[in-house]
Amino acid sequence: MRTLRFLLRKEFRQIFRDKAIVAMIFFMPMVQLILMPLAADYEVRNINLSVVDHDKSPYSRKLISKIVASGYFRLTGYNASFKEAFGLIESDKADLILEIPHDFEKRLIREDEEKLFIAVNAINGTKASLGGSYLGSIIGDFNADIRMQLVTPPRFSQFPVIDVVGSNWFNPVLNYKVFIVPGILAILVTMVGGFLSALNIVREKEIGTIEQINVTPIKKHIFILGKLIPFWVLANIVFTIGLLVARFVYGIVPVGSLLTLYAFISVYLLAVLGFGLLVSTFCDTQQQAMFIMFFFMMLFILLGGLFTSIDSMPDWAKMITRVNPVRYMIEVMRMVMLKGSSFADVLPHVGIVSLMAAVLNGWAILNYKKTN
Amino acid sequence: MEAVVVKNLVKTYGKEKTVAVDDVSFSVSRGELFGLIGPDGAGKTSIFRMLTTLLLPDGGSASVDGHDIVKDFRQIRSSVGYMPGKFSLYQDLTIEENLHFFATVFGTTIEENYHLIKDIYVQIEPFKNRRAGKLSGGMKQKLALCCALIHKPTTLFLDEPTTGVDPVSRKEFWEMLARLKEQNITILVSTPYMDEASLCDRIALIQGGKILSIDTPQNIINAYPDRLLAIKANEMYRLLKVLEGHPDILNSYAFGEYAHATFRDADTHALQAYLREHGLTDVEVKDAEVTIEDSFIKLLH
Repeated sequence: MRTLRFLLRKEFRQIFRDKAIVAMIFFMPMVQLILMPLAADYEVRNINLSVVDHDKSPYSRKLISKIVASGYFRLTGYNASFKEAFGLIESDKADLILEIPHDFEKRLIREDEEKLFIAVNAINGTKASLGGSYLGSIIGDFNADIRMQLVTPPRFSQFPVIDVVGSNWFNPVLNYKVFIVPGILAILVTMVGGFLSALNIVREKEIGTIEQINVTPIKKHIFILGKLIPFWVLANIVFTIGLLVARFVYGIVPVGSLLTLYAFISVYLLAVLGFGLLVSTFCDTQQQAMFIMFFFMMLFILLGGLFTSIDSMPDWAKMITRVNPVRYMIEVMRMVMLKGSSFADVLPHVGIVSLMAAVLNGWAILNYKKTN
Repeated sequence: MEAVVVKNLVKTYGKEKTVAVDDVSFSVSRGELFGLIGPDGAGKTSIFRMLTTLLLPDGGSASVDGHDIVKDFRQIRSSVGYMPGKFSLYQDLTIEENLHFFATVFGTTIEENYHLIKDIYVQIEPFKNRRAGKLSGGMKQKLALCCALIHKPTTLFLDEPTTGVDPVSRKEFWEMLARLKEQNITILVSTPYMDEASLCDRIALIQGGKILSIDTPQNIINAYPDRLLAIKANEMYRLLKVLEGHPDILNSYAFGEYAHATFRDADTHALQAYLREHGLTDVEVKDAEVTIEDSFIKLLH
């Protein structure tokens, strides 16, 4: 125990003496947490729209101003011909072209029917599909408005109409920040813990200090514990700072209990740090460790359910997410912070992550060789 | 009693089975200062790493204080001190913190064994709050020696402790070793410097993973078989060329301002005449005092 206490004292001393590391641990996550949610916006805005209006009637003008007033579109072109407008798509100045045919107003009123043409630049998939559907629904709205004006509705609608009214639970106004901040916090904690632990033992190997440690009677598990605990503490601090940023910058107050959150993160960090330590026992240089960690971090993050929903992944990818600790972390963060899940609700997550922690740390201890 | 016994130790590296240590055997008595002398790549570090349980041998066996280096590695780790060739203390910790740390991991305190390191530690004590990374080469070596000694090891392994250290610090370092020997600590030291060999009780000359000779430095020098001549002339390079062309030459090489040479039949007068014949002036030929370096070169041929 005395040895462990000294190992810990030594590690903390070294960490706090390295100003760059301290800045990295505390400053970087805060900046990222403040900047990233503002930038990583799911809502597609500022879609560049070019309109080819052959009709130039009050109706067509009304439609155009309705579209622009929605706030999603920016009118970047008002062209005389489709060909001209297509040039804008080619030079990437327009994402969508709306073509309003000749006699749009006339036919709409006389024949109760008219067709509009929308051309979508599908190079940016999300922007294209969302832009197309926004435009579609705005036009639908416009259509309903006209019908209201033109025909006095009968007491009962002639056609059966299903009107769907949704209600968003846990995030009533669909504020994407509420959704993404806990996820980004989960990733930041994972990165800080994972990278620090992965680089640490390797650093001792590179400098050669591990030689000196290896000839001492220090037990392997004591040595690994001595590496694990400091980073566990640091990652918890980062997590706490993150929660404070979420509270005071974004006004996100965890609905569930903080105790549940910390209970989960305690176990989760053991798994992440164990993974980092395992990587570091395999590597000889910090470069190798960095690249390996980077590879896995990318996988963990992209398959973690933060940016794309796990439910929409193919089956094989879903299988991979099952061994991805980040996935469980993001799920628990959202469950507890937004939905107010209790400890009992996240118990399966705790179980899986504990298992990961046990396997990874056990493996790291076995693989850390004092003798070559 | 033998402190270190090495029997037919073999170590190979890589898939090509490059032999680094080739069937090496020697033994070191308790309280002896034993030197492994050889050029870079001779296998000195590999032998040390095997004896300090950092490397597993591929053949043969060895024991330190009666503990087998493979089976009883735990006992060895708590009873030996090892100072690697590369400075490997924590550069971001101070002198005092490093020492304190290593005392603690060995389950002891600085106070308990202060008498062992006192002579050395007082020299670096004025800088005890300085970080190890900011020390000069000589001070680093002293600190590393202190850290290797702080748990009162029975055997001390010093891997090239004086490489890259200035001549004055080197001398001081060897004086410290002599004092440690009085404490009955067995010391194994490796060095590429031949002049340091004469400061050891016994030395093993090692080259290409093989031991060429093991004896006291004096016996190794005494065993030199030929008459060694020191030769000087106006032009060293020409002199060496001319010597190589001599019909009776056995061996010749530059040695400081002289050339050392051995001949099948060493007649100094005939030799002087021979050299003058080949256009050399200021020729001086005398008997040379054999050094370890001469013995080593002889053994290599």
